[in-house]
Amino acid sequence: MSTKGPNAYEEQHVHSVYEEIAPHFSSTRYKPWPIIESYLKDLPPGSIGLDVGCGNGKYLAVNKEIFIVGSDRSSNLISIASQHHPNSAIVADILSLPHQPSNFDFAISIAVIHHLSTPARRIEAVTSILECLKPTGTALLYVWALEQESSRRGWSEGDDQDVMVPWVMRKKGEGERTFQRYYHLYRKGELEGDVVSAGGEVVESGYEKDNWWVIAKRGSPS
Amino acid sequence: MKILTLNFLCCARKTCKSSPASFPLHPKEASLEQIETDINALFIKNILPRLDWEAMKTLTIELGLPALPTEPPSPEALEDPDSGEPSQTLKDLHQLLMETSIESGALRCGNCDHEYAVKEGIANFLLPSHMV
Repeated sequence: MSTKGPNAYEEQHVHSVYEEIAPHFSSTRYKPWPIIESYLKDLPPGSIGLDVGCGNGKYLAVNKEIFIVGSDRSSNLISIASQHHPNSAIVADILSLPHQPSNFDFAISIAVIHHLSTPARRIEAVTSILECLKPTGTALLYVWALEQESSRRGWSEGDDQDVMVPWVMRKKGEGERTFQRYYHLYRKGELEGDVVSAGGEVVESGYEKDNWWVIAKRGSPS
Repeated sequence: MKILTLNFLCCARKTCKSSPASFPLHPKEASLEQIETDINALFIKNILPRLDWEAMKTLTIELGLPALPTEPPSPEALEDPDSGEPSQTLKDLHQLLMETSIESGALRCGNCDHEYAVKEGIANFLLPSHMV
Protein backbone atom coordinates (compact mmCIF):
# COMPACT_ATOMS: atom_id res chain seq x y z
CA MET A 1 0.00 0.00 0.00
CA SER A 2 2.86 2.41 0.77
CA THR A 3 3.88 2.74 -2.87
CA LYS A 4 0.68 4.59 -3.81
CA GLY A 5 -0.12 6.62 -0.73
CA PRO A 6 -3.19 6.19 1.48
CA ASN A 7 -5.49 8.39 -0.60
CA ALA A 8 -5.14 6.33 -3.76
CA TYR A 9 -5.19 3.11 -1.74
CA GLU A 10 -8.51 3.99 -0.08
CA GLU A 11 -9.90 5.18 -3.40
CA GLN A 12 -9.25 1.75 -4.91
CA HIS A 13 -9.97 -0.50 -1.94
CA VAL A 14 -12.80 1.37 -0.21
CA HIS A 15 -14.46 4.18 -2.19
CA SER A 16 -14.72 2.59 -5.61
CA VAL A 17 -15.93 -0.68 -4.06
CA TYR A 18 -18.81 1.01 -2.23
CA GLU A 19 -19.67 2.92 -5.39
CA GLU A 20 -20.01 -0.40 -7.26
CA ILE A 21 -21.82 -2.40 -4.60
CA ALA A 22 -24.09 0.49 -3.44
CA PRO A 23 -27.57 -0.89 -4.29
CA HIS A 24 -26.74 -4.42 -3.14
CA PHE A 25 -24.98 -3.18 0.00
CA SER A 26 -27.93 -0.92 0.77
CA SER A 27 -30.46 -3.74 0.43
CA THR A 28 -28.65 -5.59 3.24
CA ARG A 29 -28.47 -2.58 5.55
CA TYR A 30 -31.88 -1.61 6.86
CA LYS A 31 -32.13 -2.58 10.51
CA PRO A 32 -30.77 0.04 12.95
CA TRP A 33 -28.46 -1.32 15.66
CA PRO A 34 -30.04 -0.93 19.14
CA ILE A 35 -27.37 1.22 20.87
CA ILE A 36 -27.28 3.65 17.92
CA GLU A 37 -31.06 3.78 17.73
CA SER A 38 -31.42 4.62 21.41
CA TYR A 39 -28.59 7.20 21.24
CA LEU A 40 -30.50 9.01 18.46
CA LYS A 41 -33.91 8.63 20.12
CA ASP A 42 -32.65 10.05 23.43
CA LEU A 43 -31.47 13.33 21.83
CA PRO A 44 -33.58 16.40 22.71
CA PRO A 45 -36.02 17.49 19.96
CA GLY A 46 -34.45 20.11 17.71
CA SER A 47 -30.93 18.69 18.08
CA ILE A 48 -28.72 19.24 15.03
CA GLY A 49 -26.10 16.70 14.09
CA LEU A 50 -24.07 14.79 11.54
CA ASP A 51 -23.94 11.22 10.28
CA VAL A 52 -20.42 10.97 8.85
CA GLY A 53 -20.18 8.07 6.40
CA CYS A 54 -23.94 7.61 6.46
CA GLY A 55 -24.02 5.02 3.65
CA ASN A 56 -27.62 4.41 2.62
CA GLY A 57 -28.83 6.67 5.43
CA LYS A 58 -30.57 4.05 7.55
CA TYR A 59 -30.08 6.20 10.69
CA LEU A 60 -31.49 9.36 9.11
CA ALA A 61 -35.08 8.31 9.73
CA VAL A 62 -34.81 7.02 13.32
CA ASN A 63 -35.86 10.26 15.06
CA LYS A 64 -38.05 12.72 13.13
CA GLU A 65 -37.63 15.49 15.74
CA ILE A 66 -33.92 16.04 15.11
CA PHE A 67 -32.05 17.26 12.03
CA ILE A 68 -29.12 15.32 10.59
CA VAL A 69 -26.85 16.16 7.70
CA GLY A 70 -25.58 12.81 6.44
CA SER A 71 -22.43 12.60 4.34
CA ASP A 72 -20.64 9.86 2.44
CA ARG A 73 -17.85 9.53 -0.14
CA SER A 74 -20.06 7.37 -2.35
CA SER A 75 -22.48 9.36 -4.50
CA ASN A 76 -24.40 6.17 -5.31
CA LEU A 77 -25.06 5.57 -1.60
CA ILE A 78 -25.94 9.25 -1.09
CA SER A 79 -28.56 9.03 -3.86
CA ILE A 80 -30.24 6.34 -1.78
CA ALA A 81 -29.73 8.22 1.51
CA SER A 82 -31.26 11.44 0.16
CA GLN A 83 -34.70 9.84 0.18
CA HIS A 84 -34.95 10.14 3.99
CA HIS A 85 -36.90 13.21 5.10
CA PRO A 86 -36.59 15.56 6.93
CA ASN A 87 -32.85 15.04 6.74
CA SER A 88 -30.22 15.90 4.16
CA ALA A 89 -27.45 13.97 2.47
CA ILE A 90 -24.31 15.30 0.81
CA VAL A 91 -21.19 13.84 -0.78
CA ALA A 92 -18.14 14.66 1.36
CA ASP A 93 -14.89 13.25 2.72
CA ILE A 94 -14.51 12.58 6.46
CA LEU A 95 -11.15 14.42 6.44
CA SER A 96 -12.60 17.52 4.71
CA LEU A 97 -16.08 17.98 6.16
CA PRO A 98 -17.99 21.05 4.95
CA HIS A 99 -19.37 21.99 8.37
CA GLN A 100 -18.79 24.93 10.68
CA PRO A 101 -16.58 24.06 13.68
CA SER A 102 -18.18 23.88 17.16
CA ASN A 103 -21.69 24.00 15.75
CA PHE A 104 -23.31 20.59 16.26
CA ASP A 105 -25.07 18.87 19.16
CA PHE A 106 -24.11 15.37 18.13
CA ALA A 107 -22.49 13.20 15.48
CA ILE A 108 -22.49 9.53 14.63
CA SER A 109 -19.97 7.69 12.48
CA ILE A 110 -20.85 4.03 12.13
CA ALA A 111 -18.44 1.53 10.58
CA VAL A 112 -16.42 4.25 8.81
CA ILE A 113 -13.16 5.07 10.60
CA HIS A 114 -11.91 1.48 10.16
CA HIS A 115 -11.71 2.13 6.39
CA LEU A 116 -8.89 4.67 6.76
CA SER A 117 -5.60 2.96 6.11
CA THR A 118 -3.05 4.58 8.46
CA PRO A 119 -3.10 5.30 12.24
CA ALA A 120 -2.58 9.03 11.58
CA ARG A 121 -5.56 9.20 9.19
CA ARG A 122 -7.83 7.35 11.64
CA ILE A 123 -6.94 9.82 14.40
CA GLU A 124 -7.43 12.72 11.97
CA ALA A 125 -10.89 11.35 11.16
CA VAL A 126 -11.84 11.39 14.86
CA THR A 127 -10.45 14.94 15.18
CA SER A 128 -12.44 16.02 12.15
CA ILE A 129 -15.70 14.78 13.72
CA LEU A 130 -14.99 16.13 17.23
CA GLU A 131 -14.14 19.59 15.82
CA CYS A 132 -17.71 19.91 14.51
CA LEU A 133 -19.18 19.43 18.00
CA LYS A 134 -20.20 22.11 20.45
CA PRO A 135 -18.34 21.80 23.78
CA THR A 136 -21.48 20.07 25.13
CA GLY A 137 -21.89 17.79 22.11
CA THR A 138 -21.13 14.07 21.86
CA ALA A 139 -20.18 11.70 19.06
CA LEU A 140 -21.00 7.99 18.82
CA LEU A 141 -18.33 6.06 16.88
CA TYR A 142 -18.45 2.40 15.82
CA VAL A 143 -15.64 0.33 14.33
CA TRP A 144 -15.15 -3.34 13.57
CA ALA A 145 -13.44 -5.35 16.29
CA LEU A 146 -10.48 -7.67 15.87
CA GLU A 147 -12.00 -9.78 18.64
CA GLN A 148 -14.90 -11.54 16.92
CA GLU A 149 -14.26 -15.23 17.56
CA SER A 150 -17.95 -16.03 17.36
CA SER A 151 -18.51 -14.36 13.96
CA ARG A 152 -18.24 -16.38 10.77
CA ARG A 153 -14.97 -14.60 10.05
CA GLY A 154 -13.50 -15.81 13.33
CA TRP A 155 -10.73 -13.21 13.78
CA SER A 156 -9.22 -13.00 17.24
CA GLU A 157 -6.50 -11.36 19.30
CA GLY A 158 -3.10 -11.62 17.67
CA ASP A 159 -4.42 -11.79 14.08
CA ASP A 160 -3.37 -9.25 11.46
CA GLN A 161 -5.38 -6.05 12.00
CA ASP A 162 -5.19 -4.77 8.41
CA VAL A 163 -7.28 -7.04 6.21
CA MET A 164 -9.20 -7.27 2.97
CA VAL A 165 -12.80 -8.38 3.42
CA PRO A 166 -14.66 -9.83 0.46
CA TRP A 167 -18.10 -8.60 -0.63
CA VAL A 168 -19.76 -11.16 -2.87
CA MET A 169 -22.42 -9.89 -5.24
CA ARG A 170 -24.61 -12.29 -7.20
CA LYS A 171 -26.51 -10.98 -10.19
CA LYS A 172 -29.02 -13.02 -12.11
CA GLY A 173 -27.46 -14.19 -15.36
CA GLU A 174 -24.07 -12.68 -14.53
CA GLY A 175 -22.88 -15.07 -11.86
CA GLU A 176 -20.78 -13.92 -8.95
CA ARG A 177 -18.46 -10.97 -8.51
CA THR A 178 -16.25 -10.53 -5.47
CA PHE A 179 -15.04 -7.13 -4.29
CA GLN A 180 -12.32 -6.69 -1.67
CA ARG A 181 -12.72 -3.91 0.89
CA TYR A 182 -9.89 -2.72 3.16
CA TYR A 183 -10.54 -2.73 6.92
CA HIS A 184 -8.45 -1.94 9.96
CA LEU A 185 -9.75 -4.22 12.72
CA TYR A 186 -9.65 -2.47 16.09
CA ARG A 187 -8.28 -4.28 19.12
CA LYS A 188 -9.66 -3.69 22.60
CA GLY A 189 -8.86 -0.17 23.85
CA GLU A 190 -7.58 1.10 20.49
CA LEU A 191 -10.62 3.24 19.64
CA GLU A 192 -10.49 4.92 23.06
CA GLY A 193 -6.79 5.56 22.37
CA ASP A 194 -7.63 7.23 19.04
CA VAL A 195 -10.17 9.50 20.76
CA VAL A 196 -7.58 10.62 23.32
CA SER A 197 -4.94 11.12 20.59
CA ALA A 198 -7.50 13.26 18.75
CA GLY A 199 -7.76 15.51 21.82
CA GLY A 200 -11.12 14.12 22.88
CA GLU A 201 -12.54 12.49 26.00
CA VAL A 202 -14.26 9.13 26.23
CA VAL A 203 -17.67 9.44 27.89
CA GLU A 204 -18.71 5.80 27.53
CA SER A 205 -17.49 2.81 25.57
CA GLY A 206 -18.32 -0.82 24.92
CA TYR A 207 -18.52 -3.82 22.63
CA GLU A 208 -21.59 -4.84 20.65
CA LYS A 209 -21.79 -7.66 18.13
CA ASP A 210 -18.26 -7.69 16.69
CA ASN A 211 -17.85 -3.91 17.06
CA TRP A 212 -16.15 -1.55 19.50
CA TRP A 213 -18.00 1.70 20.18
CA VAL A 214 -17.37 4.93 22.09
CA ILE A 215 -19.34 8.02 22.97
CA ALA A 216 -16.78 10.83 22.88
CA LYS A 217 -16.72 14.56 23.46
CA ARG A 218 -14.19 17.31 22.88
CA GLY A 219 -11.46 17.52 25.48
CA SER A 220 -11.42 20.48 27.85
CA PRO A 221 -8.91 23.09 26.68
CA SER A 222 -5.80 22.81 28.84
CA MET B 1 -30.94 19.99 -1.18
CA LYS B 2 -33.05 21.90 1.29
CA ILE B 3 -32.44 25.53 2.17
CA LEU B 4 -32.31 24.42 5.83
CA THR B 5 -29.19 22.37 5.05
CA LEU B 6 -27.33 25.48 3.86
CA ASN B 7 -27.39 26.66 7.49
CA PHE B 8 -25.09 23.80 8.37
CA LEU B 9 -22.61 23.87 5.49
CA CYS B 10 -19.45 25.86 4.89
CA CYS B 11 -16.38 25.43 2.69
CA ALA B 12 -14.72 22.00 3.06
CA ARG B 13 -11.18 23.42 2.93
CA LYS B 14 -9.46 23.60 6.32
CA THR B 15 -7.82 26.89 5.41
CA CYS B 16 -11.24 28.50 4.87
CA LYS B 17 -12.99 27.38 8.04
CA SER B 18 -11.53 30.11 10.25
CA SER B 19 -12.73 32.77 7.82
CA PRO B 20 -16.27 34.14 8.36
CA ALA B 21 -16.49 34.44 4.55
CA SER B 22 -16.69 30.63 4.21
CA PHE B 23 -20.28 30.68 5.55
CA PRO B 24 -22.86 30.73 4.15
CA LEU B 25 -21.95 29.28 0.78
CA HIS B 26 -23.34 31.34 -2.09
CA PRO B 27 -25.73 29.62 -4.52
CA LYS B 28 -24.83 30.13 -8.15
CA GLU B 29 -27.07 29.49 -11.15
CA ALA B 30 -29.34 27.61 -8.80
CA SER B 31 -32.39 25.93 -10.21
CA LEU B 32 -34.99 25.54 -7.46
CA GLU B 33 -37.73 23.00 -6.95
CA GLN B 34 -40.48 22.59 -4.38
CA ILE B 35 -40.62 19.16 -2.74
CA GLU B 36 -43.81 18.88 -0.74
CA THR B 37 -43.38 17.46 2.77
CA ASP B 38 -45.67 17.13 5.78
CA ILE B 39 -45.49 20.05 8.13
CA ASN B 40 -44.02 19.35 11.58
CA ALA B 41 -44.76 22.50 13.61
CA LEU B 42 -42.71 21.44 16.61
CA PHE B 43 -39.70 20.70 14.39
CA ILE B 44 -39.82 24.20 12.84
CA LYS B 45 -40.23 25.75 16.29
CA ASN B 46 -37.22 23.85 17.63
CA ILE B 47 -35.03 24.52 14.62
CA LEU B 48 -35.75 28.28 14.47
CA PRO B 49 -33.29 29.29 17.24
CA ARG B 50 -30.56 27.32 15.42
CA LEU B 51 -30.86 29.25 12.17
CA ASP B 52 -28.30 31.90 11.36
CA TRP B 53 -30.87 34.56 10.49
CA GLU B 54 -28.35 36.87 8.80
CA ALA B 55 -27.23 33.96 6.60
CA MET B 56 -30.87 33.10 5.84
CA LYS B 57 -31.54 36.68 4.73
CA THR B 58 -28.50 36.63 2.46
CA LEU B 59 -29.52 33.28 0.97
CA THR B 60 -33.11 34.28 0.23
CA ILE B 61 -31.89 37.43 -1.55
CA GLU B 62 -29.31 35.48 -3.56
CA LEU B 63 -31.90 32.88 -4.54
CA GLY B 64 -34.45 35.53 -5.54
CA LEU B 65 -36.94 34.36 -2.89
CA PRO B 66 -39.28 36.67 -0.96
CA ALA B 67 -37.29 38.80 1.51
CA LEU B 68 -37.29 37.73 5.17
CA PRO B 69 -38.09 40.13 8.01
CA THR B 70 -35.14 41.87 9.71
CA GLU B 71 -35.53 39.81 12.88
CA PRO B 72 -36.49 36.13 13.22
CA PRO B 73 -40.13 35.57 14.21
CA SER B 74 -40.84 35.12 17.91
CA PRO B 75 -42.04 31.70 19.12
CA GLU B 76 -45.49 33.24 19.72
CA ALA B 77 -45.76 34.24 16.06
CA LEU B 78 -45.59 30.58 15.04
CA GLU B 79 -49.07 29.63 16.16
CA ASP B 80 -52.50 31.11 15.84
CA PRO B 81 -53.30 32.65 19.26
CA ASP B 82 -56.90 31.42 19.18
CA SER B 83 -56.75 27.95 17.72
CA GLY B 84 -53.11 27.03 18.53
CA GLU B 85 -52.81 25.85 14.91
CA PRO B 86 -49.65 26.62 12.87
CA SER B 87 -49.65 30.27 11.80
CA GLN B 88 -48.99 31.49 8.26
CA THR B 89 -45.51 32.53 9.44
CA LEU B 90 -44.76 28.93 10.42
CA LYS B 91 -46.15 27.57 7.17
CA ASP B 92 -43.99 30.02 5.23
CA LEU B 93 -40.91 28.93 7.18
CA HIS B 94 -41.73 25.28 6.53
CA GLN B 95 -42.01 25.99 2.83
CA LEU B 96 -38.75 27.95 2.75
CA LEU B 97 -36.65 25.61 4.90
CA MET B 98 -38.03 22.15 4.21
CA GLU B 99 -39.65 22.29 0.78
CA THR B 100 -37.60 24.76 -1.25
CA SER B 101 -34.63 22.86 -2.62
CA ILE B 102 -31.71 23.47 -4.92
CA GLU B 103 -32.04 20.93 -7.72
CA SER B 104 -28.90 21.93 -9.59
CA GLY B 105 -26.29 24.66 -9.70
CA ALA B 106 -23.28 25.37 -7.54
CA LEU B 107 -22.32 26.62 -4.08
CA ARG B 108 -19.44 29.08 -3.98
CA CYS B 109 -17.15 29.77 -1.02
CA GLY B 110 -16.89 33.51 -0.34
CA ASN B 111 -13.33 33.07 0.93
CA CYS B 112 -11.56 30.96 -1.73
CA ASP B 113 -14.13 31.16 -4.57
CA HIS B 114 -14.13 27.38 -5.00
CA GLU B 115 -17.44 26.10 -6.37
CA TYR B 116 -19.15 22.90 -5.26
CA ALA B 117 -21.53 21.39 -7.78
CA VAL B 118 -25.14 20.47 -6.96
CA LYS B 119 -26.65 17.83 -9.24
CA GLU B 120 -30.01 16.10 -8.89
CA GLY B 121 -30.42 17.80 -5.53
CA ILE B 122 -27.13 16.54 -4.11
CA ALA B 123 -24.15 18.75 -3.31
CA ASN B 124 -20.67 17.31 -3.80
CA PHE B 125 -17.93 18.53 -1.45
CA LEU B 126 -15.09 16.28 -2.57
CA LEU B 127 -12.01 18.40 -3.20
CA PRO B 128 -9.45 17.84 -5.93
CA SER B 129 -6.28 16.48 -4.27
CA HIS B 130 -4.28 19.70 -4.71
CA MET B 131 -6.86 21.59 -2.63
CA VAL B 132 -7.01 19.25 0.35
